[in-house]
Amino acid sequence: MRFMLLFSRQGKLRLQKWYTATSEREKKKMVRELMQVVLARKPKMCSFLEWRDLKIVYKRYASLYFCCAVEDQDNELITLEVIHRFVELLDKYFGSVCELDIIFNFEKAYFILDEFLMGGEIQDTSKKSVLKAIEQADLLQEVWEKIENLAKILETLALFIKQ
Amino acid sequence: MPAVSKGDGMRGLAVFISDIRNCKSKEAEIKRINKELANIRSKFKGDKALDGYSKKKYVCKLLFIFLLGHDIDFGHMEAVNLLSSNKYTEKQIGYLFISVLVNSNSELIRLINNAIKNDLASRNPTFMCLALHCIANVGSREMAEAFAGEIPRILVAGDTMDSVKQSAALCLLRLYKTSPDLVHMGEWTSRVVHLLNDQHMGVVTAAISLITCLSQKNPEEFKTCISLAVSRLSRIVSSASTDLQDYTYYFVPAPWLSVKLLRLLQCYPPPEDGAVKGRLVECLETILNKAQEPPKSKKVQHSNAKNAILFEAISLIIHYDSEPNLLVRACNQLGQFLQHRETNLRYLALESMCTLASSEFSHEAVKTHIETVINALKTERDVSVRQRAADLLYAMCDRSNAKQIVAEMLSYLETADYSIREEIVLKVAILAEKYAVDYSWYVDTILNLIRIAGDYVSEEVWYRVIQIVINRDDVQGYAAKTVFEALQAPACHENMVKVGGYILGEFGNLIAGDPRSSPLVQFNLLHSKFHLCSVPTRALLLSAYIKFINLFPETKSTIQEVLRSDSQIRNSDVELQQRAVEYLKLSSIASTDVLATVLEEMPPFPERESSILAKLKKKKGPGAVSVSELEDGKKEAGSEINGGGGAESAAAASNASTPSPSADLLGLRSGAAGIGSATGAGSLLVDVFSESGTAATASSGTDENFLSSTPSSALGSEDPAPALPESDELLHKFVCKNNGVLFENHLLQIGIKSEYRQNLGRMYLFFGNKTSMQFIGFSTTVTCPGELQSQLNIQTKPVEPLVEGGAQVQQVLNIECLSDFTEAPLLNIRFRYGGTLQNITLKLPITINKFFQPTEMASQDFFQRWKQLSQPQQEAQKIFKATHPMDSEVLKGKLLGLGTALLENVDPNPENFVCAGVIQTKALQVGCLLRLEPNAQAQMYRLTLRSSKESVSKRLCELVAEQF
Repeated sequence: MRFMLLFSRQGKLRLQKWYTATSEREKKKMVRELMQVVLARKPKMCSFLEWRDLKIVYKRYASLYFCCAVEDQDNELITLEVIHRFVELLDKYFGSVCELDIIFNFEKAYFILDEFLMGGEIQDTSKKSVLKAIEQADLLQEVWEKIENLAKILETLALFIKQ
Repeated sequence: MPAVSKGDGMRGLAVFISDIRNCKSKEAEIKRINKELANIRSKFKGDKALDGYSKKKYVCKLLFIFLLGHDIDFGHMEAVNLLSSNKYTEKQIGYLFISVLVNSNSELIRLINNAIKNDLASRNPTFMCLALHCIANVGSREMAEAFAGEIPRILVAGDTMDSVKQSAALCLLRLYKTSPDLVHMGEWTSRVVHLLNDQHMGVVTAAISLITCLSQKNPEEFKTCISLAVSRLSRIVSSASTDLQDYTYYFVPAPWLSVKLLRLLQCYPPPEDGAVKGRLVECLETILNKAQEPPKSKKVQHSNAKNAILFEAISLIIHYDSEPNLLVRACNQLGQFLQHRETNLRYLALESMCTLASSEFSHEAVKTHIETVINALKTERDVSVRQRAADLLYAMCDRSNAKQIVAEMLSYLETADYSIREEIVLKVAILAEKYAVDYSWYVDTILNLIRIAGDYVSEEVWYRVIQIVINRDDVQGYAAKTVFEALQAPACHENMVKVGGYILGEFGNLIAGDPRSSPLVQFNLLHSKFHLCSVPTRALLLSAYIKFINLFPETKSTIQEVLRSDSQIRNSDVELQQRAVEYLKLSSIASTDVLATVLEEMPPFPERESSILAKLKKKKGPGAVSVSELEDGKKEAGSEINGGGGAESAAAASNASTPSPSADLLGLRSGAAGIGSATGAGSLLVDVFSESGTAATASSGTDENFLSSTPSSALGSEDPAPALPESDELLHKFVCKNNGVLFENHLLQIGIKSEYRQNLGRMYLFFGNKTSMQFIGFSTTVTCPGELQSQLNIQTKPVEPLVEGGAQVQQVLNIECLSDFTEAPLLNIRFRYGGTLQNITLKLPITINKFFQPTEMASQDFFQRWKQLSQPQQEAQKIFKATHPMDSEVLKGKLLGLGTALLENVDPNPENFVCAGVIQTKALQVGCLLRLEPNAQAQMYRLTLRSSKESVSKRLCELVAEQF
């Protein structure tokens, strides 16, 4: 996969992930062009199109378009399901995900995508594994906070004993 | 406010995002952002040390601002600081910022690499994964240099956690894609292949992407993956839908892994081992059977996953192209999809059937669906689906259905979307030519094309119809009559006027007997269009007029009067004025005999690859299946069609056969080559030329003439003749290509096919005897003069000493590049023909650039390397005048042919080209960077080569400068 874009019906880019080195200028140009092409398409049209030298696979979920650019030999249908699996992961993590979740927790959306896809290839297709990785990270954070609190308590305690 | 905030909410961030969302205008948004940036800047600069949380929050805000599309020029250092935090979320945000906003600030990269190194060594799987993700996300050359050695070790180590293995596999894949020269699998190969057997499905899924990519590049080393992949696939295919637990997706067992396994197998030919092959065929049959079973769920995800596997299996079946039974079953399955209610399936079925149509086993089966496909072309509501239908019609076309398909495409053209008209025009033109049994049908079809979609008829199409009409005298009268009728329409397309002018100028006499199309009527008809036409067309018409004077002396005075009028002879356009003046003079001074010689009918065009085909190929890119299939078709049809040829050969041929001093002045042929759009047409011609050059192998016997004179120099001598004076020029022709005709005279043709990998190469020489007599004592010697002996190692076996008339012998050279070199090896050929000894010496086109391995790199990497090679002796530069038209597509093609990677978006000036590659020799590798700066206005180039070796830079610079 070359890149993945999430954008709204109004043409606002919500998430972008590039898997090949591309200059910022070129990125902006591609995003603009591609959004125009995809947003102009009607609902019943097919989810695949040829654009430049790439195959575009896209699907709309509520107000958001999920759009992947894949190489010529890549399988279109399975890419469609990559999108769906990603949506399921977001949904499971946020609990019926909506566009606002992705706006306000954009960093989380990136983390989830990173756990799922790496360098444009699927890292794991199991929903459980991916979410476990994310939740572990959240958990790790809490544990650290607890340990830190504990350390502070111990310090105070030590100070108290000294006195 | 966020609906959910898990883990750690950053309140400040949420407030900021809300603020931005509440901004009523772009200005308000920018104002709010600037305020925030100032705030963050002051916080970062402040005396008070920030705690981890604040740092994380601000870095996150910067990231958000960047993702909104604004530039961020600070905060990198704070992000790097976060990397060494031992709090996971702080580290994570740090890595995210680095991944999104990498900056090739070398100081920073060193710090980042340090942090990554620490995390990789931490043995904490979550930290290791973060670090691996960062490497994969950035994927820069520096990171590859730092970690390419370490990651394979992590990947295959026994104690690595599964999740880390997955990340390591994909991280390595990314590095391999960006810097293949730095990733050495060697000792790890077999252990990596065995990851296909891993217990953990996630590990297999991640590893297989890596293995597929490595197999594509080194099929031999990874061959053992075939049997492992087949048995893995077989286990998945035969498992019940619940066996694989979490890896079952909507009742389909492991669809991603299945697709990837089938994809991996497409890197190889069918398995040689009978048992493995049997097992695989069984799998493919099972997949086809499952397609017929009732769905286990009504969800689209279920059918998508199932069909994704099915389509990939069909791709594999097509790739093998050896199991007729499976091919026909695949075709029937796709036939069902053609009428499916899901648009996606119809689209994919049309696309997939296109490749099936090229297999001899399934071509007939595909043809049975013609009505459905025609219907799709007419009724599909989505243009991308219609496009696929047009592609398929084109692919399934053969002699039996050509008339029907061409008629349908023509009628579709009347309402076709603008975006695909040009392609349809090209396709119709090719099919009409390829399957023309009677040429009047062909002429009708092309004229219809011009009538219906004149604007989309490119020059190649009308050149081609003229070439064919000129080469076939049985159609000339018909063509003249038809264009004459077509020109009667009150509004006709300019392309029609061009064809009309050309054809009537040549063959108007064939219809002049009819009083309705008498010479004067013809002339008046043409001239009535004159004032509505563009300059190039007018130029062409003027040439037609002078041809008329020769064909029909009775029109002379009328035409002279036209030429003499102020609007011609004083025309502000130089070309038109010159033609008017010259033609007028020619018609008044020259005797009828001279006139008849000068204005003789055009000689037939030599057979060549169709220029239309070349154009379609260019549109589609070289990999397209339909094109290669087309070429095959062309070969078989080639014998029947007498016409052909790029227009440049026309010019060459006519110059050769009409050695009249005024040949250059005759606008007719240059008119045909598109004089008005000199640059555009010119570049196209070059392209056609190089295309056909690559396609030509000696065996197919094209008559490409790189040399027109015969070498008579060393006749009779027993010593190897000195290298031909032209041999340097011949050598330069092969710098950017590997195949073609090296040499040709009236006796002998030498064709070359060659391939190179790393520091090794193989070259096939084809010696063709063009005469009907034997060559006796035929021998060839390859020598490496002087220093070259220690730089290049060439092995070969002697050829048969007897070459029969019309026969061809082949010689294979194995080449090893020991170190970089400058000179070219010599090829001496000696034989007796009719008693005379022929002795020819040529330079073999083995040049240093053949051992290039392309290197992809990002802009910052390129310029950093560029700076590193800044010593004067590392650079070679040349400023030179363009000898070919400066068409950027042609330039790109040549630079790619050179063997380097053409780096897009690297040079800030989009007109410039930069390339990178590594020259592989046995002794050492030499990294090279190239920059070509065209100056279109001055028609000049500046070429700069930098490499770690002076001799290499110099030699490359010499070679490359000859190419433009």
